[in-house]
Amino acid sequence: MDRDFSSVGHDVEKIDGLSLATGTGRYTDDFDAPGTLHVAVLYSPHAHGIIKDIDDSEAWKVPGVVDVMSYKNAYDDMPKVVHTTAGQGFPEPSPYDSWLFDDKVRFAGDRVAAVAAETLDIAREAVSKIKVEYELQKPLFDPERAMDPGVPVVHDRDEYMPIPVPYDPSKNLMAEKIFSIGDVEKGLAEADIVLDQVYHTHYAHHCMMEPHSAFALFDETGRMIVYSSTSVPFHVRRIVAQVLDYPLRKVHVIKPRVGGAYGGKQEAFIEPLAAKFALRTGRPVKAILSREEVFTSSRTRHPMRVHVTAGVMKDGTITALRMDDLMTAGAYGPHGLTVLCNAASKVLPLFNKVENVEFIGRTVYTNQPVGGAYRGYGVTQATFGFMQFIDDLTRRLDVDILEYVKKWHIKEGEGSPVFEAIGEGKAGVPQVITCCKLSECIDRGAEAIGWSDKRGRHISNSPGKVRGVGMAVSMQGSGIPLIDMGSAYMKLNEDGSCNLLMGASDTGTGSDTVMCQIAAEVLDISTDMIVPLSSDTDVTPFDVGAYASSGTYVSGGAVRACAEDFLKNIMKVASVMLEVPVERLDTSGGRIWDSDNPDVSTDFGSLCCFSLYGAGENMQQIQGYGSYTSPVSPPPFIAQFAEVEVDTFTGRVEVLRFVSAVDCGKALNPKMTEGQVEGGVLNGIGYALTEQYLFDDKGRMTNPDFGNYKVFGSLDVPKIETILVDSYEETGPFGAKSVSEVCINGPAPAIANAIYDAVGVRIFDLPLTSEKVLAALKDVDR
Amino acid sequence: MEGRFVINGIEKVLSFEPDATLLQALRDGGFSEVKRGCDTGECGACAVVLNGDLVTSCKVYAASVVGSEILTAKGLGTVQNPHPIQQAFVDAGAIQCGFCTPGMVMATYALLSKNPDPTDEEIRRALDGNKCRCTGYVKIFDAVRLAAERMRDHG
Repeated sequence: MDRDFSSVGHDVEKIDGLSLATGTGRYTDDFDAPGTLHVAVLYSPHAHGIIKDIDDSEAWKVPGVVDVMSYKNAYDDMPKVVHTTAGQGFPEPSPYDSWLFDDKVRFAGDRVAAVAAETLDIAREAVSKIKVEYELQKPLFDPERAMDPGVPVVHDRDEYMPIPVPYDPSKNLMAEKIFSIGDVEKGLAEADIVLDQVYHTHYAHHCMMEPHSAFALFDETGRMIVYSSTSVPFHVRRIVAQVLDYPLRKVHVIKPRVGGAYGGKQEAFIEPLAAKFALRTGRPVKAILSREEVFTSSRTRHPMRVHVTAGVMKDGTITALRMDDLMTAGAYGPHGLTVLCNAASKVLPLFNKVENVEFIGRTVYTNQPVGGAYRGYGVTQATFGFMQFIDDLTRRLDVDILEYVKKWHIKEGEGSPVFEAIGEGKAGVPQVITCCKLSECIDRGAEAIGWSDKRGRHISNSPGKVRGVGMAVSMQGSGIPLIDMGSAYMKLNEDGSCNLLMGASDTGTGSDTVMCQIAAEVLDISTDMIVPLSSDTDVTPFDVGAYASSGTYVSGGAVRACAEDFLKNIMKVASVMLEVPVERLDTSGGRIWDSDNPDVSTDFGSLCCFSLYGAGENMQQIQGYGSYTSPVSPPPFIAQFAEVEVDTFTGRVEVLRFVSAVDCGKALNPKMTEGQVEGGVLNGIGYALTEQYLFDDKGRMTNPDFGNYKVFGSLDVPKIETILVDSYEETGPFGAKSVSEVCINGPAPAIANAIYDAVGVRIFDLPLTSEKVLAALKDVDR
Repeated sequence: MEGRFVINGIEKVLSFEPDATLLQALRDGGFSEVKRGCDTGECGACAVVLNGDLVTSCKVYAASVVGSEILTAKGLGTVQNPHPIQQAFVDAGAIQCGFCTPGMVMATYALLSKNPDPTDEEIRRALDGNKCRCTGYVKIFDAVRLAAERMRDHG
């Protein structure tokens, strides 16, 4: 692309970088106020039961306890509002199945009661003194049995789905999405071979370094301020007002620096609790989860069974493709429909030439931890199965997987009926791919990993260790079409700088910096002349939040529209000041001049002074505003390659190298883009190999800490390489698509495929632990 | 109880419960740059340099180290006058959410104070106690190498 940009496309320094490195950047827990109360929560140790009674009398007696709350007294002064904790568009495509407190517990980790006290230690001591009488119910732990007659029913109150889609809690059916295109049975009957395989993905956690945090207090006018570690501040405002039956205008949500989210903070479940205690006590209230609570009571990646069936002709033509996915919601259903839908809508279109396609998707309630949004959002789960399936298929056909994928994947100018069939919980929108460099990604990634020298060679450099390579491709979206919306506002200052107030939420991705680059590019000024402020519900305009890979594409679109409007207004005032018609004005570098007579000129600063102090009846604040929503969601594409070494004595899999070649459109800040990919890749490798929830027979997580959950550290990092393939998405801001999610999809299937390449065993369920690999190797030996 | 410390070169009296961790005492004393990520000594977000050695402050009782010298990220440098390590983290693109960064910076400082020219393996070992979920560590390793180079060049 021969486009010459001065700001975007360059490695502009992260705007908040130095404040974070020197420790002055403030996160929710770093805000304080005199008299702040601290919250401790009592969680259910049981997976399923009715609370017959709660005796909190001993808790109240602990010196320093100010309030104790449970279902018994939480609703003394407000209605018991059923809601969803999912921070999504409104009405949410998630079931209303949660309450601030309820007298039923649905998983080990469900909230039972809470204490607000002068210190956290006091609150915890008081919590330990609360006595709860449970009537235990049989728990449901097996999603495969969730819809069988006679099994425990997780939800039996006033739960409902706010949008018209299948929802039947009496059968533990949280969501269902079924569609078919063509005739799959006919396609299967016509095929030369039929392949059928089931894959399973597991519980996993985001492991953001900053735990979920909320701090609620009142300002001097009596309005409530909620500092929240959130990616969706505007949804938090709405949900807090909804749950507490409190006027939205009296809630002011501020998102300070956020210490990582990856989807895990697209929920509002502690903010209403902190806010309710603040309302009841009139005091500032802090609710910060411990690391153990983050694991056991926040949100997780939904486990999924992915069952793929395909009919294939000898020439590789897929005559029919069926994907039957069963997803575990856990005890509540935030994102349970939309994650399921994404498993289809962003996976099946990759092979868009299949005429007969069927998707059978169901999400079921169980008495297990609660699934939620997590980077990759269903695509990660389905891609683990689908790309192993393709690897298996090409091996059976004895064709090269690289050439096969290159031949059959979706191309520029092509669409897929799947785009129309499935959207965010309902029908989707038609879409034609305008930018796809996946074939180039495959070629460049393969070259970087040394594919042709390593594939199928079973290279061994020491006894019992065999190397192999595997690959996977995937796509994602860029925002949710006609649902996601962002907005921004700008104003001009006397020194020529511009305030950029935007709803976009930077959760650590660098979005504040990229937004400044976009605005600077439109205005043709340097990035440091843009002063960003993001995500304050009183100050900035609305934005749906940081999710669905929407930041750069949707919020960036809003910033571009805003800056264009702003520039137009700058030129209008300049025309008055310079007495030159607008169409004769030129601008660059913060200067404006008459193109016919360059000596007649001004700069942004002088122009602002003129407009604020010297324009007579034309005096005004020069400002601009823009909102953006997109009718399409252009997918980024990625080809990912793993080189592994399998120890055949122990089953241990070591990733030696991991290469990602990504088409994310124009990378507006290449270094930050690489950083996003590297982080997603390592998260994906950890998910593939070691990270897992372990449960006892009561459904309690037994390893809720970084060490036993096995998060990757600096000693575990393989050689990670990222190739940004040059492309340009015409609908995006300066050619950008998204990158944040797509990078996490490939590691698990690429590693699984590499294990097969090395030692000829295929592991169908995650994580790919040494135990499983060793067992599979022993099976082969027999 | 109360205890006197030298924090970032300045004498400071902190009030804390007898069983409080150093992390708790520091945060209550206003040193919010010391981050709380896990309370189990595994994430390293709370890492500080205590009498010259890197420690996770959540695993140290405040009462046990009264009188000590403590260095935190704020003591190393400021936005106006950052330490070369802090600038290197920014320049290398090693900061995303930044929650791990003050601890990472202190781990790097502890390493480079004792070993100005570390190998890649030594860098990995020195950062083993500090977890990061955003970056995949790639650019953090770059930052440490860059900081080492700059500190060697400029003393």
